[in-house]
Amino acid sequence: MIEVDSRGRRCPLPIIDLARRMPSVPVGEVVRVLADDPAAANDIPAWCRMKGQEYVGSPAEGAYDVRRLS
Amino acid sequence: MEYTAEQAAAPAYLDAATAAPLHPVARQALTAALEDGWADPDRLHAAGRRAQRLREAATATVADALGVRADEVTFLSSGTAAAHAAVLGGLAGRARAGRTFVHSAIEHSAVLHAAARHGDSAEVGVDLRGRLDLDAWRTAVSGPGVALAGLISASHEVGTVQPVAAAAEACAEAGVPLYVDAAQSVGHAPVPPGWSLLTASARKWGGPPGVGLLVVRKGTRWLSPYPGDDLHRPRPQGALDLPAVVAAAASLRAVLAEAQTEAVRLSALVDRIRATVAATVPDVEVVGDPAERLPHLVTFSCLYVDGEALLHALDRHGFAVSSGSSCTASTLRPSHVLEAMGVLSHGNVRVSLHRGTTEADVDRFLAVLPGVVAGIRKEAGM
Repeated sequence: MIEVDSRGRRCPLPIIDLARRMPSVPVGEVVRVLADDPAAANDIPAWCRMKGQEYVGSPAEGAYDVRRLS
Repeated sequence: MEYTAEQAAAPAYLDAATAAPLHPVARQALTAALEDGWADPDRLHAAGRRAQRLREAATATVADALGVRADEVTFLSSGTAAAHAAVLGGLAGRARAGRTFVHSAIEHSAVLHAAARHGDSAEVGVDLRGRLDLDAWRTAVSGPGVALAGLISASHEVGTVQPVAAAAEACAEAGVPLYVDAAQSVGHAPVPPGWSLLTASARKWGGPPGVGLLVVRKGTRWLSPYPGDDLHRPRPQGALDLPAVVAAAASLRAVLAEAQTEAVRLSALVDRIRATVAATVPDVEVVGDPAERLPHLVTFSCLYVDGEALLHALDRHGFAVSSGSSCTASTLRPSHVLEAMGVLSHGNVRVSLHRGTTEADVDRFLAVLPGVVAGIRKEAGM
């Protein structure tokens, strides 16, 4: 699985990391973001909604899975 | 980022939801009330009686403005103090009926802190537009052991007006008193009846800071959570700032006289901000209900933008706004309101207008904003 490690980085940096990585993620694949900023739990699903990507869920604390749809 | 950009022609204060500039009537009344308002209105001498007359007149003015009885109105030292007194006193008065405080997820932090101190509370969520989930509210208030319910009249962060009338109906059916935090509505928009306790804050309507308002309707059991000798009637903790109270009352009357006209004017400016920001700033989310909203307040979030950087950049251009982003909060947590709605919390800006805000202020803000956002994104490599 593709992983973006944004631990120790404050929002909006984890979202910027995710957005930068997205073009290299094949459509249909899941990317996992690791982030310990408390805003990530809210802002990663919000980013998915705004950008038309799928928020798969949070498999563990500080981990967020996003599927590229387009 | 371009820090050398020319400062906009004139600064514009667009943070009225925190504190509105002092209304000219408030300034006038404040100066006049300093003459007699220094004395203690509870003392039995001539100076005390003059102060007492000022307090009675101010109370009557506010009661008249809100359509309540004078003996239902109490002035406290701030909106926060009023919210604490409403929640804790409302709960204490209902201790025999139960312990649970039901409240929306988007209450002001003053209400949430009081709820946390109390310890037994149940939260009701909101939708993506920040509007209360009424079905969940009905279920929550009709549950066992509910002592009090609390609902903000309109969100202080996103402006969405709450279904107060329907929420009050559900409370009435369950026999639970409703507390409405009307800090953002009083002076701007009417608050539907049906509540038992209401609070407001004078600095939000153009009155001076340091004046809060608590209204406890007749028949509502309220018990003081503070040390004091009169447990059944709210009283300020210590001496009241009487000149400020007089100014608050006078300005409320003045503000209400022009409220409808101002609401139409400001609401049109907010519509313009909502439409222009969505059209000129890429990757932006304008949040809150576009129609069922306060006339003077609008919030949006910009992807990939640091909220604190945005506030500072706008300030350098002469624009005062506020933000619900975590980097601007003392807690370093994102706004609980934006979280409850599930909308983007970073890059957040709240713009709130007042009677001094002109069309030109708004247009200058809208002209500067896209470049400011683009500059911050560029610096972040986006």
